[in-house]
Amino acid sequence: MNVVWEWDKAFEVLPVLLSGFFQVTLLVTVLSTVIAAVLGLVIAIVRRSAPRPIGRVVGFVVDFIRMTPIVVQLLFAYYAFLNVSPIVIGIAVFGIHYSTYMAEVYRAGIDSVPESQWEATTALSMSRYRIWTAVVVPQALRATAPALGNYAISMFKDTPFLLTIGVVEMVQAGLIFGGNNFKYLEAITIAGVIFLLASYPTSLLIGRLEKRLAFSN
Amino acid sequence: MADNFDALLNALPLILEGLIITLQLTVGGAILAMATAVVLGVLAQQDNILLRGFARVIIEFFRGTSLVVQLFWLFFVLPQFGLSFPAMAVGIAALGLNYGAYGAEIVRGSINSVPAGQWEATTALSLSKLQGMRRVIFPQAWALMIPSLSNLLVHLLKGTAIVSFITMADLTFRIDQLRVDTNTFFAYGVGLVLYFLIAYVLTLAMNALEARAKHKLGRGVSLPEALNLRSADTGVTSSTKEHV
Amino acid sequence: MEKRYGDNVVLRGLNFDVAKGDRVTLIGPSGSGKTTILRLVMTLEEAEGGYIFVDGEPLTHEERGGARVEMKGSHKHRLRQRIGMVFQQFNLFPNMTVMQNIIEAPVHVLGMSKKAAIAKAEGLLEQVGLADKAHSHPLELSGGQQQRVAIARALAMDPEILLLDEVTSALDPEIVGEVLGILRHIAETTDITMLIVTHEMQFARDVSNRVLMFDGGRIIEEATPEVMFSNPQHERTQSFLQAVLGNPMVEAAE
Repeated sequence: MNVVWEWDKAFEVLPVLLSGFFQVTLLVTVLSTVIAAVLGLVIAIVRRSAPRPIGRVVGFVVDFIRMTPIVVQLLFAYYAFLNVSPIVIGIAVFGIHYSTYMAEVYRAGIDSVPESQWEATTALSMSRYRIWTAVVVPQALRATAPALGNYAISMFKDTPFLLTIGVVEMVQAGLIFGGNNFKYLEAITIAGVIFLLASYPTSLLIGRLEKRLAFSN
Repeated sequence: MADNFDALLNALPLILEGLIITLQLTVGGAILAMATAVVLGVLAQQDNILLRGFARVIIEFFRGTSLVVQLFWLFFVLPQFGLSFPAMAVGIAALGLNYGAYGAEIVRGSINSVPAGQWEATTALSLSKLQGMRRVIFPQAWALMIPSLSNLLVHLLKGTAIVSFITMADLTFRIDQLRVDTNTFFAYGVGLVLYFLIAYVLTLAMNALEARAKHKLGRGVSLPEALNLRSADTGVTSSTKEHV
Repeated sequence: MEKRYGDNVVLRGLNFDVAKGDRVTLIGPSGSGKTTILRLVMTLEEAEGGYIFVDGEPLTHEERGGARVEMKGSHKHRLRQRIGMVFQQFNLFPNMTVMQNIIEAPVHVLGMSKKAAIAKAEGLLEQVGLADKAHSHPLELSGGQQQRVAIARALAMDPEILLLDEVTSALDPEIVGEVLGILRHIAETTDITMLIVTHEMQFARDVSNRVLMFDGGRIIEEATPEVMFSNPQHERTQSFLQAVLGNPMVEAAE
């Protein structure tokens, strides 16, 4: 068992991993983040302003999605929509799954808008649409940017779950390479390093943003 | 439909086996994660730069490199160095270390949010650093960290669903078998409900723990609150007032 | 007991002694460094220079071959046991009952038996008028009651030196009296050395035998309470006392 690091294998696998990274991992992360950000806001607003029974049903569905494994959701959606491309399934499931987390963040943001702001909108007889778009959402969104960023990072690190539905993202590309070469060390190690190199600086940036926002409040 | 239930009944023993494996991974992973979190979390708030630096590197490494990568590294790479472990051990190690690193941040943050006056009082009473941490600071931090740990525990449970890729016949694997004999909606419906129920029970248990911890701090919490499914991922509780 | 400091931003060129059994009150505007002195003596903060001696022994640092050398942890720990402190914000441990708060250090630091510690704690609770609250949680008590527990907790260690850091500043005016009454009683019935930071000038006058006026990290005036409150010499002391009291005592002297 004389396994050593082989640089030629490393350089061979690197382009394979990077192509998986840019073509799938990053693509899914970005598109799913957009879906999660928008859908999460919709959920938060519906839960806050819809009649109570509807709010409750939405609340239950949201909890259900949030508390069940994304892997099982991916498989479910994959088999339910066999004619849809797996990567589209992946983007949708990641977006929906994480929208349930984002909804919680928005909810906290909305709750942090002071009561007096709501009273002012009533005093001005503002329409429901204007109340949300002109007053509440702009105030609620400010503090939510770091949380959105943090969820984008955890989504990014969850993307290897896509291999359960046969999407060849970075880690799966590495596994295939490893299987073909009977050598997993370089492929999986480099995949880990790429995750670290991409996520750590980003989370530092978000941490700084968070501090700036907290400071300016 | 009746056929589906027949198939479910037939598959039940295997589903139970899968369920047990999922639960073993969850409990084992949670125990290792908690131990990792406490050790790294306490080290990460030490004054000593070496201890703190060591903890930070480990925390950032395990948080930054993705659970699946760690799992596969332990499962596919280690054996090539002659180190083979049973899949269950590999699963528990990967889950425990990964979620333990996240937990360390929770532990560190909670310890830091115990008011400085509490540390000062332990000094004024000549308690040693260790006594102060163990008897005064940690019990207070514990009450603060439970809601976040509860969320982390559900994350860990959800994370176990990947282990069929390291040859384990967990709940997800058995559900996929059930799909062959029934249909997608039925099989995954059953699977999702089972996962949801586990997560629900875990959350309730953690809420009860939190109620107990808060009660020990002289802050009572009502039973409805203790049985509330929604825990504080965002640290903000919802107001019951309805606007608009 | 001797203390010396130098080169601190908050405290400059400070040097004063406190004799055993002294009751020394530190007064002065906020930010003048009074509280910092107590925190340095309790080793909650470290000075950048200078030395503190307790009963002739260096507390945190000593001079060795012209250098300022930190004392060993065990040495600090041993000396610290002779010092107790009561805080402005009480700092009771909310995860423990009142009784557990009081016996914590006697049992786990001094190694006293639990039984003896409880008996002692009961006596102390009696003394502060809270015998019926032994099994309450701190957060169930009023501020005044919490502070009385904190006093009992500090006394349970039989301190030779007691540091009182604005112990009534966080209390409602109507319950300040009950806490001060207890401290007065302790002052009368024990020979514990006390360092007191307070804005309660009447209390300072009743309890202490020396008053130090601080300003800008220095002692600008030192006197007995009689002299300090009726005939302050320094202009800053006069204006300070006038500001806190609208001081009839000072006016009478003028």
